Amino acid sequence: MPRYFTEEHEWIDVEGDSATVGITDFAQEQLGDIVFVELPQVGSQVAKGKDAAVVESVKAASDVYAPITGEVTEINGALEDDPALVNSSPEDEGWFFRVTVADKDELEGLMNETAYKDFAQSA
Amino acid sequence: MTDDIESENRESDIPPIERLPLDAWHRANGARMVPFAGYEMPIQYDGIVAEHDWTRENASLFDVSHMGQLAITGPGDGSTSAAHELEKLVPGAIATLKPGRMRYSMLLTQSGGIIDDLMITNTGPQLTLVVNGARKWDDIAHLREHLPDSITLTHYDDAALLALQGPKAAAVLEELVPGTAKLTFMDAAAFDWDGTPLWISRAGYTGEDGFEISVHESRVVALADALIADDRVRPAGLGARDSLRLEAGLPLYGHDLDEDIDPVTADLVFALSKKRRDTGGYLGHRAVAARLADAGAGTLQQRRVGLLLDGRLPAREGASVFAGDDRVGRVTSGGFSPTLGRPIAFAYISSDHAADGTALECEVRGRRLPAIVSPMPFVPHRYYRGN
Repeated sequence: MPRYFTEEHEWIDVEGDSATVGITDFAQEQLGDIVFVELPQVGSQVAKGKDAAVVESVKAASDVYAPITGEVTEINGALEDDPALVNSSPEDEGWFFRVTVADKDELEGLMNETAYKDFAQSA
Repeated sequence: MTDDIESENRESDIPPIERLPLDAWHRANGARMVPFAGYEMPIQYDGIVAEHDWTRENASLFDVSHMGQLAITGPGDGSTSAAHELEKLVPGAIATLKPGRMRYSMLLTQSGGIIDDLMITNTGPQLTLVVNGARKWDDIAHLREHLPDSITLTHYDDAALLALQGPKAAAVLEELVPGTAKLTFMDAAAFDWDGTPLWISRAGYTGEDGFEISVHESRVVALADALIADDRVRPAGLGARDSLRLEAGLPLYGHDLDEDIDPVTADLVFALSKKRRDTGGYLGHRAVAARLADAGAGTLQQRRVGLLLDGRLPAREGASVFAGDDRVGRVTSGGFSPTLGRPIAFAYISSDHAADGTALECEVRGRRLPAIVSPMPFVPHRYYRGN
């Protein structure tokens, strides 16, 4: 299952016509202690590059953008009770939401893991 | 993902970002630096919550060298004539401030607006003022404009300022600088540390017991190293400083206080000398007296209150506050309280909705968050006032 990364520090796992989205370890490290995650509603539409979620750390609120256009099919309910999962397991248990993949061409231009690591290191 | 921490730097009118004497020390200790008040400042080291909790349980070292350290002195008699003149610019009793004692006060405009809040200390030969970093140039201009030429104003821009805060601060500092444990809250005195002169006051901005230590910039690295060599002390950044002062109910200039806000509206009546409320004799007194009369008559328009929110979503600066359909105020500082495990805020609320226990709602991204007007501090102060 290929994983892609955005320059805004989101990751996306694509499996067939469905994709799972979260923020990277680098992103959670930058944000610090996360106290609240506002997720999109199941059934809502998200658009590539547009706001899809909000992460509230102790210090600030930060937007999370959708890396791909689609309809939200599932959200990670565990984040409601335990938003710190995004700190402890950002790229696994701390996933944000799942979307349908409307247009696979939108994945072009996203980074693979090696390219993202270089990108994050130079950030 | 975008991070709006950068927007905390409101001093866009101070273009060059300067570096503090401890800049390299912060970076070597793992700090993430952000621009604040015209300086590169450490926002955090290990993490804001860890640093916050450590301060409440142990002792943390904060670099607050961005703050302005000033002194005023008069001809011959030192602090006496300086106190007499400074009393014309602040609402606190300064002439009766004893040597070795300090007081929180404010510089006010003619219309009672707060130019800055500050700490005033009688050192004996002079009065020292510690003012906000982002306001120091305005303060200096204001002081120089209003103080007579016979009063000398000195800006100690070669002095660093460290804050050691937390319940273990006194024990730590006593080992390093014997005699400091004898100070009580709002005392200050000169000390010697291995030949380095220190000016130490028992005060701070966290609600905990603690000290602020003024030291020449050439010795601040050595002093910071000596302090964190003690296992009870860890460095803490601006992020924890902000969440700690919020829990302690302490306002932050530029957010909760500005020139459109007077001390009564800001809930800082404790800083108005009781005697001088009547006798006046300071810039802004007429306006302040009018606001005090309003408060007494129940006609004060709005005032700063604490809000305790339900849930986990913080209401931050700028959030509107509602009573039903009516917008009754705005949040000026807000965040997540690590100690309470829920969001807290300061808000200016119209007085008819500002009583403790009033149920209100904060609006965040279209959501209405239940909030209760709550007494401050949210977390009790633990100042050391002697046995």
